[in-house]
This record gives sequence, structure tokens and C-alpha cells, in this order.
Amino acid sequence: MKKIYLYIGMASLLAAGSCKRDSEFLNVQPTSIISTDLAFENSSNVLSVLANLYNRQVDFSTVKDWATMADFSESFPSENGRANLVQRNSWGYGEWATWDYAYIRELNLFLERLEASTTLAAADKAQFKAEARFLRANYYFEMVKRMGGVPLILKSLSYDFSGKTDDLQYPRAKESELYDFVISEAEAIKGDLPIDTKSSAVFCARATRGAALAMEARAALYAGSIAKYGAGTPTVSLTGGEVGIPASMANAYYTKALNAAKQIISGSVGNYALYNKKPDLSENFANIFIDKGNNPETIFIEDFKLKSGKVHYFTGSNQPRYGAEEEEGGRINPSLNLVESFEKLDNTFAPIPIADGSGNPIYYTNQTDPFAGRDARLAGTVMLPGTSFKGRTVDIWNGYVLADGSVFSGDDRGQQKVLPGTTGLRQVVGFDGPINAKEFTAQSGFYLRKYLDPAIGSGSRGTNSELPFIRYRYAEVLLNAAEASFELGNTADAALYMNQVRLRAGLTTPLTPADITFDRIVHERRVELAFEGHFFYDMKRWRLAHVVWDGVKMTVTDLLSDIGKATKRNTQPYALWPFKYYNPASPNDGKWLYRIVLPSLVTGANTFQMGNYYSAIDATVRANNPKIVKQPNQ
Amino acid sequence: MYDDSENYDPFCFSIIKQRTMKNKFQYIVLLALIIFSVACKKDNYKAPSSHLTGRIQYNGENIQVEYDKVPFELYQYGFGKVGSIGQVFAPDGTFSCLLFDGEYKFIIANGQGPFKWKQTSAGNPDTLVINLSGDKNIDIDVTPYYMIRTPQLAVSAGKVTGTFKAEKIITDASAKNIESVSLYINKTAFVSATDNIAVTTVTGANITDPNNISMNVTIPALVPTQKYVFARIGLKIAGVEDRIYSPVQKLTF
Repeated sequence: MKKIYLYIGMASLLAAGSCKRDSEFLNVQPTSIISTDLAFENSSNVLSVLANLYNRQVDFSTVKDWATMADFSESFPSENGRANLVQRNSWGYGEWATWDYAYIRELNLFLERLEASTTLAAADKAQFKAEARFLRANYYFEMVKRMGGVPLILKSLSYDFSGKTDDLQYPRAKESELYDFVISEAEAIKGDLPIDTKSSAVFCARATRGAALAMEARAALYAGSIAKYGAGTPTVSLTGGEVGIPASMANAYYTKALNAAKQIISGSVGNYALYNKKPDLSENFANIFIDKGNNPETIFIEDFKLKSGKVHYFTGSNQPRYGAEEEEGGRINPSLNLVESFEKLDNTFAPIPIADGSGNPIYYTNQTDPFAGRDARLAGTVMLPGTSFKGRTVDIWNGYVLADGSVFSGDDRGQQKVLPGTTGLRQVVGFDGPINAKEFTAQSGFYLRKYLDPAIGSGSRGTNSELPFIRYRYAEVLLNAAEASFELGNTADAALYMNQVRLRAGLTTPLTPADITFDRIVHERRVELAFEGHFFYDMKRWRLAHVVWDGVKMTVTDLLSDIGKATKRNTQPYALWPFKYYNPASPNDGKWLYRIVLPSLVTGANTFQMGNYYSAIDATVRANNPKIVKQPNQ
Repeated sequence: MYDDSENYDPFCFSIIKQRTMKNKFQYIVLLALIIFSVACKKDNYKAPSSHLTGRIQYNGENIQVEYDKVPFELYQYGFGKVGSIGQVFAPDGTFSCLLFDGEYKFIIANGQGPFKWKQTSAGNPDTLVINLSGDKNIDIDVTPYYMIRTPQLAVSAGKVTGTFKAEKIITDASAKNIESVSLYINKTAFVSATDNIAVTTVTGANITDPNNISMNVTIPALVPTQKYVFARIGLKIAGVEDRIYSPVQKLTF
């Protein structure tokens, strides 16, 4: 009798489970995909979507790929697989192109879906919206720098499968319209972005009011200089204005750049200042890129975090190889071209002194002596021979110079040989090279110091580094203000802004307004912002690229003359090799001497053709959308 | 040391080979059958077989340019997406393409070459229609800004001397000045601003008589030693990227 309850119970369970309709039974929501409604339901979900968009920003130079910093004769790439950087004679027209409209579409979709969401708090919504608009403007800025005017698409486009695509084909906007867009977006969103209080180290990884204004200042400055200096290269323009900005617009852009920079400098959008925490100025300069805790200089960064999956191996790729954590590195070798351009403390330019007036070598007691008395940024940017990283002195010297001036060297790192006239083996070449064509040795005589992480494990494959990549920093804002002031004829203000940056580098004698010239502006940005992704764009917007990379092989005379001149040729990376002097009869025995060398792998000379000013738009893009006009000179 | 590497068999493949030898034959036959059955279709197209050759010239004289620097484009319509067939002129101003028969449109993009290519009223490069059926040789007329006339290159006492006359061809409103002239030498027949072992340059301002320009350049040590160099004169026109050159000449000494 009791069994009947059991049967009834089972039957009712079955009935309960089977009363779903078939159509519903098959309509199962996937558990691995988040619906649009859910994604835009609360702010933490929206932040996750936004994080993906943040992660897809495009940088010209990035710590995620060392080779993006290695070109343009500012350094020698000490990895044989990348020797083409110094062996090729020219760049392809398609180089540096970016055309990621999928990213633009997803930013537009994000904005549209965010607008449609009803459950978010108004303040959150406004900030997310401003952040997405910042990312969109920043990517359009990246595109206009490389491609000139591109189609300006501000809503998500969909294909309706009608076979007609006319309404999806947008022509290229004018180059000036792109810059105007970046500037107006920055103005429109800045009020909705938070002020960086520097209370948290990771604050500046997201868009802030300071970041928007820094972007605006840089964009307006670029537009102004393209307008002004583009007049000197009339062939680099298109009649529709897709490439080239009329010279009459230059001053308006410079004024906008200056105003945006001034808002940051005034402190009204956050407590930004030059980083000044270490008494040793070179160490202080290197620390700008290392110090993550309360760094007043950083405005907008790409952040990394250990054990989070988002780390980079820049230190491992570029650390001094000998005795390093992975016994690898040494890839970026800053060239002598860059090293000698760091000025002396009396504000003058001079080659690194290696020979006296009559051509005899100068003998130095310490390896670092020839670099003494220079801009502190030199040792902060470049790992000089005789300096140390992680407590170990780099061992950079190519060999012995004998009494007759001949070189006695080896062909492997730290090789031991018997010197002529002696007995017993001794080391005849540094463990960090330089040895021609021996990859990962300091083939230019220098290693890179900027971005190298002194933390334990940073150079080890299993740990990597969490140093941020700084996209906008305060020193650049000051230099932007200096350049805009200079171009507007106010050299007094220009000197004021520039001297702040120079003082931090140990250049205590201020430049007078009369000292501020175009050459000075060009020089200051080159040394302050080396390897930060500015050099190439600066050369392009000043229309100097075809002048400095003119395809003519450099001679040593070229190298040593006109240092600090904006138009100085820079087609091949030169090296400065240290040697030890071996001559027991001489008082100079055992001292250091230096020689200028062109690394044997450097066979090409950079040629920047007029068609390189704006990267080629892919033929497929142009075939799909006939409204896209071709770049000039291609 | 075990250095008989041909017989070195660390993974004992030879044993596996022996074991599977019996079955293998059947597989080979089967595989061959499959391959033959899908491979007996004919290819859809013949390979391109028509030669289009030619040169750029002014009054019958070739325009000498730099290797890999002056491109031209060929377009063929009617096959869906349109993209150019990109090519460059050889240093002596000639070109050669292997193409299918059909109608092609030839252009030289704006800003390319030390010469003027005809333009439409909108400022786009004008099109030259080429109907190709079988081999064809065409002369393409362009108007250079300058021509290098009567170049004379000689070698003596470790120096190459070059004299020539720079004739200004375009003298109307679009005329351009000489930025500089250079004498290049190289070890190979590729001689240009990019490929050279020594160069002497005279800027336009220092040219006193364009009808009689003379330069010399010292031959550096040649490694490995060779008893000849190739020399060439290049003329840079202000505001024009590509130089115009004189013919390459081999000089033995």
C-alpha cells in the first residue's frame, strides 16, 4: 500500500519535468556567452567589456615588442634575425599601416549599447562613455598619424545582405578633420573623466582628464606642424585634403595645443609634476619608467601586473646579457648617433672625445670617463660601458689595442688568448662584446637602460616584468607647450617650459629665449623622449624624415659634424667600441681608449621616400571601397 | 665520438621499416590511385605568355633612373577586385612584363620619376591603354625636367672624372632648378645614390656653367680587388624625389 505513494511521487516528478513545451526545451541559453543585456547590466560587467577595448590600443613603440623601438638608426638591433633593419635601404610603402575598423566598430557598438542600458548609474555611464570616446579618438589619432585622413565612422555599420554596399562606403575625411575630431572629442569628454589624484598607482591606466588634455595637446601640435612644415613638401598632399593641412591653419592649432598643455601645467586637472625623487639625476631619469608608486610624471600608461597574465619581457630581451637571469638579452644597442647628441653640461654639442687635436687616442682611467659632464639623461637612457645593472658591471670592450695600434681581439664573448710577448691566457674581449655580427652582444658599444626593470625576476622567462609603458607623461606636455610657444613666436615661454625639463636632466644653465631655435626643439624631444615612440612621428610631422634618412651612407665626418642640427643625416647606426691599451712600456698601459666603428652588419642606408610619409592603404581596401583615394607619391 | 652519421639511427627506424614493409606496398598503390584520380584535370589557365616590353624615352633617348625606385602600374579590369600590377623600371629605363593577352591600362603615379607624366585636368595621372595580344614593345614618351647630355666618364690615377652638360628641358612655369649633381661609382653595375662606394656631390648653387659640369671622385680601396668600377652621373632636381642619371659605364684601369 505504501508503494502507491512512491508511484504517485515518481509520476508527479515526471509530469513536472515534462510540462515544458518542446520549443522551449530546445531553446537553451548558452552559458559561455554573456548576452548584451547582461554585459551592460551593471558597472563591473561594463568595465570588463571596456578592459578588452583598453587592451586593444595600438602603440607605435611598445615594451611588448622590442623591435618596435629598434629602427631609424637610433639603435642597432643586436639579433641577427632582425639585421634587416640595418641592411635594407628603404621602407615599404605599406609599413606602419593600421586599419582596424573592427576595433572602431566595437567601440561604436559599445557606445550605442551603453546608451541603451537603463540599469547603470548616471555617473558611471558618463564616465564609461567618456572613456570609450577617448579610446576611439586616440585610435583615430593613431590612424591619422600613419595614414592621413581616413573614413571617420562614428556609428556601427551593418550590412543588410541586399547586395548593395554603397551606403557602407565612406570616403576619406580630410587630415585636418581627423585632428579636429580628436581635439573636439577631448574637449567634449574631459568633464566626464576623473581627475588623477595620484592616490592609487594604477589610476592613470584608465583615461583621466589629464590624459584627454595630453592627447589634445599632442594632436593639435602635430596638426599645427603638419600645416606649417607641410608647406615645404608640396608633393606630400592630396587635392581633397585627405593628406596635407593648409598652412593658414597652423597658428590656430598651435594655440589649441598650448592651451591644452597649459591646463595640465596649471595643475587644474591633477597634481602632475616632473619626477624628482633621486639625488642621482641619471638614476632619477631611469626611475621615471620604473617607479609605479605615486609617480607624478605619468599621465596615461599601459599597465602590467605580475602573475596576472599581462606581463612583458622587455627586460629579458634587452638586459645586459652577461650574468643576466636568463643569460639572454642585449637586443637594443643605442647608436653612437644618439649617444653623442646628448649635450654637454654647458649646453654645447660635441662628439664623445676619443682623440686629441692631432688625432692621437685619448687614454681614460675609467671606462665611463669620456661620457662625463653630459646631460644626465644619457646615462639614464643608455647603459654605458663601465656602468652596472642589477649590481653587475657590464663588460663591454672589444679587445686590446697594442703598441703599434693594431687590435688584438677574440670572436667569442669573454674569450681568452695569449697576448703577443706574454705567457698565459687572459681575457681579450668583454663578456658583453662588442663582437661584430655576434648577436645579443653590445654591438654598438652600448645597451639600453630605459624601461629595464631592476626587480628580481624581471629578466627571467618565468616571471617577466610589470613595468608600465608610459603613453603620455608630463615632460612631453612641457615640451609640447615649449614647441607651441616657440611656433607662436613666444620664445620666452618656450625657454621657461623647456628649462624645467632640462634642469631635471642636470643642465643647470638655463637657455635664454634667444637660444630657443627649431634645432633646439627637435633636439630636446629626441633626447628626452628617445625610444618612446615619438622620434618617427616627429620627423614625419616636421617633414624632416626624407632629409635625415636620405639614403646616403654616412661617413664618420657626417657622424661627428653638425651634432644638434635638426637636418643632420641619420642613415646608419654607428658604434663606439672601448678597447684596453696594452703597452707595458707606456704609462697608459691598461687604460681605456675608444674607436668609432660601423658594425659590419650595417650595409644599408635608410631612405625615406616621399611615398613613406603616409602608409599605403591596402589594395583590397581600395578595391572594396572605390571612394578611398590613394596616398600621394605611391 | 660517433661520427658515422649516415648510419646513425637513434630511434631505430630501420626496425620499424622492416616490420611495415609488407603492408606498405598496398598503401603506396592506394595513395597513387587517389592522387592520379584527382590530378587528371587540366589546369584552367595557361601560364601568361605575352611579353610586354618597352622603355621610357624622350626624343628617342632612354630616361635613366635608379634601380627599384621608379614604379609604374598596370591595371586590368573585368576580374572582380581591381588592384595594380606594380612594376619598376630598370636602371636603363626599360621594363619587361610577362602577361596574359588583354586590355591593360598603364599609369605612372604622381610624383614618381624625374619627369612629367601627362595628367588629366583633375590632376590624376593619365592612362595609356595597351592592347596586348602576343608580344609587344612600346616606347613611352615622358618629358624630363633635365637631360644629362654628352656624359664623359674617364679613369686615371685612381680617380674617376665625369663631365657633362645639364640641359633644361622643361622651361615653362613648372620648371625646376638643379638641387645637386653627383658622380657615383660602385663595384657592380647597380650605381645610384643608394648603391655606391664613393660619391662626389656639387650643389646646384655651386654650378657655374650647366653646359660644362666637371667632377671627380677618388676610387677607394676595393675589397676584393678588382680592376674596374662602374660609374654614373646623377642629377637631383629640386622638389622631385627621383634623380635622373646618365647611362652606367664600366671603367677599367
